[in-house]
Amino acid sequence: MARQISFADAINEAIKETMRNDENVILLGEDVAGGADLDHLGDEDAWGGVMGVTKGLVQEFGRDRILDTPIAEAGYVGAAVSAAATGMRPIAELMFNDFIGSCLDEVMNQGAKLRYMFGGHAKIPLVIRTMHGAGFRAAAQHSQTLYGMFTAIPGVKVVVPSTPADAKGLLISAIEDDDMVVFFEDKTLYNVKGEVPEGHYTIPIGKADIKRAGDDLTIVAIGKQVNTALAAAEQLAQKGIEAEVVDPRSLSPLDENSILKSVQKTSRLVIVDEANPRCNAATDISALVADKGFDYLDAPIKMVTAPHSPVPFSPALEDLYLPTPEKILAVVSELIDDESIVTI
Amino acid sequence: MRVSEVQQEALTAEKAKWMYQKMVEIRRFEDQVHETFSTGTIPGFVHLYAGEEAVAVGVCSHLDDKDYITSTHRGHGHCIAKGCDLKGMMAEIYGKATGLCKGKGGSMHIADVSKGMLGANGIVGGGFPLATGAGLSAKLRKTGGVAVCFFGDGANNHGTFHEGINQAAIWNLPVIFVAENNGYGESTPFEYASSCKSIADRAVGYNIPGETVDGKDTMAVYEAAQRAVERARNGEGPSLIECVTYRNYGHFEGDAQTYKTSEEREQHLNELDAIIRFREHLLSNNLASEDELHSIDENVRQAVADAVEFAEKSPMPEADQLITDVYVNYKPGGEE
Repeated sequence: MARQISFADAINEAIKETMRNDENVILLGEDVAGGADLDHLGDEDAWGGVMGVTKGLVQEFGRDRILDTPIAEAGYVGAAVSAAATGMRPIAELMFNDFIGSCLDEVMNQGAKLRYMFGGHAKIPLVIRTMHGAGFRAAAQHSQTLYGMFTAIPGVKVVVPSTPADAKGLLISAIEDDDMVVFFEDKTLYNVKGEVPEGHYTIPIGKADIKRAGDDLTIVAIGKQVNTALAAAEQLAQKGIEAEVVDPRSLSPLDENSILKSVQKTSRLVIVDEANPRCNAATDISALVADKGFDYLDAPIKMVTAPHSPVPFSPALEDLYLPTPEKILAVVSELIDDESIVTI
Repeated sequence: MRVSEVQQEALTAEKAKWMYQKMVEIRRFEDQVHETFSTGTIPGFVHLYAGEEAVAVGVCSHLDDKDYITSTHRGHGHCIAKGCDLKGMMAEIYGKATGLCKGKGGSMHIADVSKGMLGANGIVGGGFPLATGAGLSAKLRKTGGVAVCFFGDGANNHGTFHEGINQAAIWNLPVIFVAENNGYGESTPFEYASSCKSIADRAVGYNIPGETVDGKDTMAVYEAAQRAVERARNGEGPSLIECVTYRNYGHFEGDAQTYKTSEEREQHLNELDAIIRFREHLLSNNLASEDELHSIDENVRQAVADAVEFAEKSPMPEADQLITDVYVNYKPGGEE
């Protein structure tokens, strides 16, 4: 059996691969090593990131390239932007995507716009790795899913991997990319294992992946919701309904063709996005298909999202917040005339 | 605390004349933009640097193309002092295709990365983290370069002031933070908006040198900047210099400046004027003759007139430029 490693280890490997190949790649963020300047730790890291994703990197690359920062996001994210503009290839870790509130200017007004404002006379090869997602009992300020916000900003690319192998290949692509990429890591995926190739490989940003083929309906799902969609698809298959699960893998650029092609084949579309329901990736993809694929559709486009509320703390409530296979089946039953679907 | 004393290098006549030329270029350029703006030829809005020339020139006279600067919304002076082309700048302000940024940036975003000019910046306080990152980059790539962050008194109350300077200090980066305290953040007095008596006092909190100089005394700025730049190049870390200055025009063009008194304006346009004072310094120290300075004045007048002509005759950007330069490479649909 091929090698299986976790989503977290796949990300760690991607960083290692690129740092070995290019000395201009540096990693900076809060506690990415941890324990800086402590004599008793020496070259050891205290944490290797709050979730241990970057564990061991400081031992190999040293504290000049694995830079612990103050807890001051505007300071280090802004520094990463201009380091990128002046010849470095930084990876800045924004521990939780919720903290964008402290450094949105550096991303939205500086990093995303410098190239355009300078008439193309600058490039910003910067990756912002950030953790997102509910289901970790982390409450409203550490659980959001904000990729829609970044997708709306020209000058930013947005990548949301759903598997360990995708995470590694896409992160290597992101680090080697000459544009600013915000790379979303779902905190509940870190321990999920999957087959991951050894060594250096890339997956192009802007290319969707069909995670399951099917002819009866299309489910476009983002990030860990790909797993929710696959679980729903398995249950539908028991009823003889074959769902195609499309994983866009990046929201900007968006592989419009793959989505439209799938809808052309299946004539039905459900979009699963755990972000809040307004102005999110689901509404964006829905608008795309309504505009360019209306004639393919035999039924209304349906969306399964979080409600228009912050992420609650109580497990009883948080479990209600997230999309589930059952919620997907409920909307599918509105698209396909088969009452037994919801009672699977 | 004062920036460490280093051996002051005597100002050569050649350098002195270059500085005078740059100061006159800034003044003439800004006076010209002021005049032209009132005719409605220039789109949008502009913030003029006239009056503060001693700061940009006194500092940039110690820099070369490998050194970086970050600037502010009031950036024309920094651009000129850092060597940006006058024609390209003027065309940019007109929104023309021949502008330094192809007309996509305008007055508030003029940049020339090849000269180390990392852009004027429309966001107050935007420069602190950027300068810190440029300093980090110079240090890691071992270029020997430094980064200078020009910022106004308004920005000294912004959160990024704290984050940027603290980070430069803990990493001992080659960054010089240059405050241009012109007395007013927009229309609000410095004394009202800042809890400190001087911006330089805040350096103590970061354990870095900070000093206040007369920002309209070119030599005072020159000497303070020399100490700070040398310190940075020697790997001794960042410094903060507060230059107390004055802007001759309003916050933006069209500002009636009711917050200023006519006495202070008169004083600053005459006996306190940086160019008049530097001119006298050059003459009394035999660094330049009347004839030489007169000829610089005339050449600059012509150069600015040429820049205006160039901008006026240049074409507007073509429609296809609307969506280029957003990304280096963007392939919606995953096409190879």
